[in-house]
Amino acid sequence: MTLLRMTLAFFAALALTTGAQAQTPKRGSTLNFAITAETPHYDCQGSDTFATLHFASPFYSTLLTFDLPKYPAVKGDLAESWTISPDQKTYTFKLFKNVKFHDGKPMTSTDVKANYDRMRNPPAGVVSTRQATFQDIDTIETPDPYTVVFKLKDINPSMIEHFASPWNCIYPAEKLAADPNWPKNNILGSGPFKFVEHVKGSHVSGVRNENYFRQGQPYLDGFKGTFFSQSAAMLNSLQGGQVLAEFRTISSADRDRLVQAMGDKIRIEESSWTLNLQVVFNTRKKPFDDVRVRRALNMAIDRWGGSQGLARTSALRHVGGLIRPGSPYAIDPKELEKFPGFQHDMVKARAEAKRLLAEAGVPNLSFQLFNRSIAQPYTPAGVFLVDQWRQIGVNVEHRQLETSPYLAGMSSGQFDVAIDFSNLFMDEPSLGLAKYVSSSKAPENRSGFESPEIDALIEKQSHIGDPKERIKVIREAEKLILESSHQVPILWWHRIVATHKILMGWEMSPSHNLGQDLARVWIDQ
Amino acid sequence: MVAEAAPALPRPARRSPVLAFCLAQPLGAAGAIAITAMGLAAVFAERVAPYDPVAIDFGAMLAAPSVEHWFGTDAFGRDILTRVIYGARTALAIGFLSSLLGCTVGAVLGVASAYFGGRIDMGIQRLVDILLSFPIIVLALVVVAMLGRNLVLGIDFNLILAIAVPTMPRVARVVRSAALSIREMPYIDAARVQGFSDARIIFRHMVPNVAAPYLIMFTAAIAQAILLEASLSFLGLGVTEPTPAWGLMLSGNASDFYREAPWMILFPGLAISVAVFAFNLFGDSLRDWLDPKFKV
Repeated sequence: MTLLRMTLAFFAALALTTGAQAQTPKRGSTLNFAITAETPHYDCQGSDTFATLHFASPFYSTLLTFDLPKYPAVKGDLAESWTISPDQKTYTFKLFKNVKFHDGKPMTSTDVKANYDRMRNPPAGVVSTRQATFQDIDTIETPDPYTVVFKLKDINPSMIEHFASPWNCIYPAEKLAADPNWPKNNILGSGPFKFVEHVKGSHVSGVRNENYFRQGQPYLDGFKGTFFSQSAAMLNSLQGGQVLAEFRTISSADRDRLVQAMGDKIRIEESSWTLNLQVVFNTRKKPFDDVRVRRALNMAIDRWGGSQGLARTSALRHVGGLIRPGSPYAIDPKELEKFPGFQHDMVKARAEAKRLLAEAGVPNLSFQLFNRSIAQPYTPAGVFLVDQWRQIGVNVEHRQLETSPYLAGMSSGQFDVAIDFSNLFMDEPSLGLAKYVSSSKAPENRSGFESPEIDALIEKQSHIGDPKERIKVIREAEKLILESSHQVPILWWHRIVATHKILMGWEMSPSHNLGQDLARVWIDQ
Repeated sequence: MVAEAAPALPRPARRSPVLAFCLAQPLGAAGAIAITAMGLAAVFAERVAPYDPVAIDFGAMLAAPSVEHWFGTDAFGRDILTRVIYGARTALAIGFLSSLLGCTVGAVLGVASAYFGGRIDMGIQRLVDILLSFPIIVLALVVVAMLGRNLVLGIDFNLILAIAVPTMPRVARVVRSAALSIREMPYIDAARVQGFSDARIIFRHMVPNVAAPYLIMFTAAIAQAILLEASLSFLGLGVTEPTPAWGLMLSGNASDFYREAPWMILFPGLAISVAVFAFNLFGDSLRDWLDPKFKV
């Protein structure tokens, strides 16, 4: 029922947004909005945090994009049109001919090819968190400057959605050729806004790209994204009108406060969210290489009880498996209860957890919980886990770091146990499961866990066209992953976005990664 | 003629110094009592506190003060009285250790500066000038940002260092001025004539004579350190959740829920105020009591 209500609320919000779009957009004004974390670098292709997208999306274009009012349908961005061969193995894209990078040079199929080559087969020293996603691409051909042909090794039913991923920013090929890591510290795209400045610890700003290939867009003169590390400061700025929006989320308590203080001046949109927090055990380290220890620590977490309490004060809400609860490929809750960490009888589960720890020889386990210092919902999740593990006699030190050192620590494996996030942009099983592919193949799997069996199942499901058959294989993979307990969702999030009502054209979706190029956003004043 | 022994004068009863201090400085005594109470609460927190400070109870979230929870509960249903009691442990541990470090290093630098004079004095005093030119909180923020965290037995030693660094120049300046007058005393000249080493003169003859200003600065520094720790924790640079700490209790969820649950900020705020006030009262009274000029 809760999911049904959320779905209805989401579509009601979409209807409102669509209604807003029906008005004639007004040109001009600069949008001030809040970003609640600062990106560690500028490279979309090597990132999986919203901090990079909310910062960089306005400067870049992608091949396709999601059509948010019709989510999860996709539409062209750089691609004017596309065709898929009858055997579903060849994707041919025709590009717009009037696209230019911000330095005035034309964007062609060579640039698209260079970027997809970089993502699927990153050069030494380049991190591509999209590598596993694009492994099915066999060859990329560019028969002319405005045609790109992707040939797949095998059928991949989700490939078209992957081409619409907001992380696939297109950089100039010549810059990548000169330095494959150039996008980490430089910005040059073909998006609706040109980069003006990034003042670290303060803001990022952009100005309208007068040569943007979609005539008439963007509507704004420019934007300024201000970084906030304290949610109270961000809320005060939102309430005071210094910023008109924060596009990620606010807590339900903050929502109530804004509505009470601002009445009809604030617009609230809600949706379930393609995002979860996960507990990740570093299997390269002892004793977390022992499945009994991981399973015990998972079993000690009362997810059902936690979801009731944390939902009142944080963005954490839904108990779910590896695929977003309520979405077509999600596991049934009754089936989920059979796995460690999802049981209802916590007395029994904690007794079993203690037994497993004793059996593994670590009855008085102590470790450090590595976490991100973002108030919502990382801190509540950390406090919750510390309490849960304390109840089986485990002593945990909670360590919170800013986004940049946190991500560096996660990538380099400098942690015992960590709170990680699965930041998806759509409900596509291959995307959701990509994080569980062995660490050697998928850098976003920070557990260090290797399992050819799981890899094979994830690979297998991605080539099955029949949904019923596909679900069976997904369940097999999910069973192995949940039982190995190396990386398991804690809770799935609930998204609440508050925007001033004068902000128009922005579209709500179940992912905070989508729709952030600001091309169609305008201010009604 | 046999001289008669003069009748022995009645010997005045010797008062205990503690009682003498209490009678002479009642406000300081009140401060000392509050500090002692906090110290006892910190040491015996496990016995005094009614609940576990990190135990979550979603059934009691944001509960108002009641018989079960005298100070109410926070957004995780944790008992605020318990967390205030355990918070005293964090405040006093960090306050005491950082003040001890800052004051001791400051005192050594101050005495050395006064005793040697010349270039050494010039060098140390210019360093002190540089450090004094930064506001205390800014200097502490810089140190925390540079060093990050270094937890040993649950105590962040870099946080202690960050609070000790702004304390050090203030103590160095005060102790130097006291040591300058001691350096001119005849017994220091006599020690030099005897051929005593510089170290012996400093540690046997000068340091004991700057103990009074040291103690006074030490108590004042603890108050300042408690405030600084609370400020850094409030800014997210001090201790981290779920450690009970007064400054931390004022941030995070408290800033989201202080309208619905004002007790979340009221009691930790009161604890900080009482602690700082108590140390300041005690420090001021100690100064009055130890300084001969005030006695005259």
